[in-house]
Amino acid sequence: MMDGPDDSTVILGDENRKPGRSETVDLTDNSLMVDISDALSEKDKVKFTVHTKTTLPEFHKPEFLVVRQHEEFVWLHDRFEEIEEYAGYIIPPAPPRPDFDASREKLQKLGEGEGTMTKEEFNKMKQELEAEYLATFKKTVAMHEVFLCRLANHPVFRNDHNFRVFLEYDQDLCVRGKNKMEVLGGFMKSFTKTTDEFLLSATVKDVNDFFEKEKNFLIDYHTHLKDATAKADRMTKRHKDVADSYIKISTGLVQLSTIDNSDLEKFLTKVAETFEKARKIEGRVASDEDLKLSDTLRYYMRDSFAAKRLLYRRLRCLANYENANRNLEKARAKNKDVHAALEVADAELAQQQACEKFEQMSDKGKEELMDFKTRRVAAFRKNLVDLAELELKHAKAQVQLLKNSLAALKEE
Amino acid sequence: MADDREPPPLFNNVEIDQRDDDNEDLFSSAIDVDVGVLDGDGQGPFNGTSEAPKLHLSQDVPDLDIVQVDRPAPAPQAKPLDELEKECGDQFIEVTVTEPQKLGEGMGAYVAYKVITKTNMPIFRKRSFSVMRRFSDFLGLHDKLVEKYLRMGRIIPPAPEKSVIGMTKIKMSNQAEQGSSAEFVEKRRASLERYLNRTAAHPILGVDPDFREFLETDMELPKATNTSALSGAGVMRLFNKVGETVNKITYKMDESDPWFEEKTQQIENLDTQLRKLHASVETLVLHRKDLALLTSAFAKSAAMLSNCEEHTSLSRALSQLAEVEEKVEALHNEQANADFSVLCELLKDYIALIGAIKEVFHERVKVYQNWQHSQQMLNKRREQKAKLELSGKPDKGNQASVEVVEWEAKVDRGQEEFDNISKMIKKEMERFEVNRVKDFKAIIIQYLENLMTHQQQLIKYWEAFLPEAKAIA
Repeated sequence: MMDGPDDSTVILGDENRKPGRSETVDLTDNSLMVDISDALSEKDKVKFTVHTKTTLPEFHKPEFLVVRQHEEFVWLHDRFEEIEEYAGYIIPPAPPRPDFDASREKLQKLGEGEGTMTKEEFNKMKQELEAEYLATFKKTVAMHEVFLCRLANHPVFRNDHNFRVFLEYDQDLCVRGKNKMEVLGGFMKSFTKTTDEFLLSATVKDVNDFFEKEKNFLIDYHTHLKDATAKADRMTKRHKDVADSYIKISTGLVQLSTIDNSDLEKFLTKVAETFEKARKIEGRVASDEDLKLSDTLRYYMRDSFAAKRLLYRRLRCLANYENANRNLEKARAKNKDVHAALEVADAELAQQQACEKFEQMSDKGKEELMDFKTRRVAAFRKNLVDLAELELKHAKAQVQLLKNSLAALKEE
Repeated sequence: MADDREPPPLFNNVEIDQRDDDNEDLFSSAIDVDVGVLDGDGQGPFNGTSEAPKLHLSQDVPDLDIVQVDRPAPAPQAKPLDELEKECGDQFIEVTVTEPQKLGEGMGAYVAYKVITKTNMPIFRKRSFSVMRRFSDFLGLHDKLVEKYLRMGRIIPPAPEKSVIGMTKIKMSNQAEQGSSAEFVEKRRASLERYLNRTAAHPILGVDPDFREFLETDMELPKATNTSALSGAGVMRLFNKVGETVNKITYKMDESDPWFEEKTQQIENLDTQLRKLHASVETLVLHRKDLALLTSAFAKSAAMLSNCEEHTSLSRALSQLAEVEEKVEALHNEQANADFSVLCELLKDYIALIGAIKEVFHERVKVYQNWQHSQQMLNKRREQKAKLELSGKPDKGNQASVEVVEWEAKVDRGQEEFDNISKMIKKEMERFEVNRVKDFKAIIIQYLENLMTHQQQLIKYWEAFLPEAKAIA
């Protein structure tokens, strides 16, 4: 059903394929390459065939295929979030849940309204919806692939045990969807996380200007991206509607021409053809805007959220470090005690560890945030250029179409 | 028995009697006069004045006037009828409606329009003149024309519909805030202008004394009371309409003329298809308006995003994107307006015109009914006469034969009238068809050209944006 990963670079730009993120990885590294070679939609499940090609000795075979579902991708993402070692990294955002409800709903609506339109109209609308469904499907697959590619190209994540299991283990991972309690628990957890975030941002004073600035920026940036994504989505959807309303006009004109026995007959047929062609172009404008504009915004909305999570984790770590400091001071204050020396030593150790961890995390975090920025700018550049070029291409095609049909019509 | 004596309700109105005999002469005579004068000085003004109406029109509908300018001077080959041939000489009437202004306050408030006419017809006293008219005057004119010409089988261009909501808005609105009512007034202004030009383009209606009075007489017309929806006349009209509708549904005439059979069917089909198309175009307008709104919302979001983006060149590109989207929004809006004022209004006008045609067809059915009624009466009288003669009552027999003669004349008149109206309708339909083809072609081409201009504009906007996107580094 899916014929190749042709769309996977759309979101990220090119750079996720040739990782320039760190010195430890060679620029032309293709020791671990992951793609989704096939995807199958079964009822409300989508099965992705994950294809891996590798030269790394840790894997049993150089090339293998496994079938994974969306829940397993989410599971993998959650494991990364949980592991403390990775706290200093931006965890690539999990792919969005495959959602074909909108397409299905539209198809159902179309079925209900079958009586009100002509067969031709119905078929055209159906074709449009099928194309839309296919586009959504391809996009879903591409998002899942992008997630895996980012992991595979990451110098640290690529060596993760869970990731390897995910790629290699040819049985079901036995990940089930969250049940109600877990969903509720997850909700509570995220709620405490947010309150914790608020509390931390209020109580812990960051000494590092860079992070303080990044934090403010990301919070703002994320909100605006979210807003822009929603607006862009609505805009492209409406653009599609405009294109679709050309269908009805075109069929209306055809019908009008069939009952017309004056010399308008040919004329109207030609106009109808023009509208039909214009609709196709207009539809492409809508889908390209969706692909280049909305999706870029959406991806970076999610990525900026991941970056925000990183900052939160760092702040949490900072709070822990400060706690350790306080404990050490308390222990020192009690140094008249007999057991004090031991306690102080413990506290000192804890403080040292916390300090180290925090320092390390700050370093990594800084690197990751810089990386986020270059990645973002590159992707925006590519997609905005693409957007402009596609808009130009379509508008030019429209002009050409109209020019031709005007010439033909004036001859009539 | 009593109603047998009632005179058959034929149309002995003065106009008809006059025109029945010399239908052809009547308007050719008007034209003859013109042609004579035209030879002297009539050629010049057309080119000069054809540019003029553009100046008067507000910028919103620059497209409409091009069509109107063309209309009075159609290409000669498109005119199979001599009637049209004459019309297309060098004569023209161009009407523009401008400067709508609200007069009066409260419930008595109304909008008056300046009606500017330019013509070279000698039947008018001047070459160009203007008057102030209010909406009900336009309706009054239409009613007068219907009263005079509908029975003869003329297709009378329909006046724009009343809109209680739109008017109430105007009445409620202050001078200060006139957003939505301004739009309404502009739409109405444009449709009034089209209405007058359609009437003016008609060879007979265009020189009708009432029409000329409407255009020329620079004083207030007597208020057309019966156009108001709430007046007594309005209620009467409603009753009449209901009666006619019932008649239309119940009475089925057996059509003897295959031409009419075919045309009736064709008009019905045309009506259905045009209505469907009109609905589709309206949907397009709505969607596009909405798209414009959403585009502007996105432009604002993009501007906000660019404000908070810390990377300089990306921020710049985003703010450029916001600007482009803003321009695109204006373009969408313009296009939606064009969708409406060019395409949607054309269809609406033609749906209304088809309504007028149906009226005329129905009028013919009514004439037929009367003729048949006379025929029945005549048969009855003849039977009566025969009976009386058989029973040997010569006195009454005499009276009966007088009646028979009377009814025979009425039958003849009825038939003549029916023939006349049928002939007239055929002629009018031919004219309508020619104009329809011309109008549709001209307006659709205009619409597509408009569409193309917008796409070209779009190309410019994105071309300007492309280097900005490439400059992100």
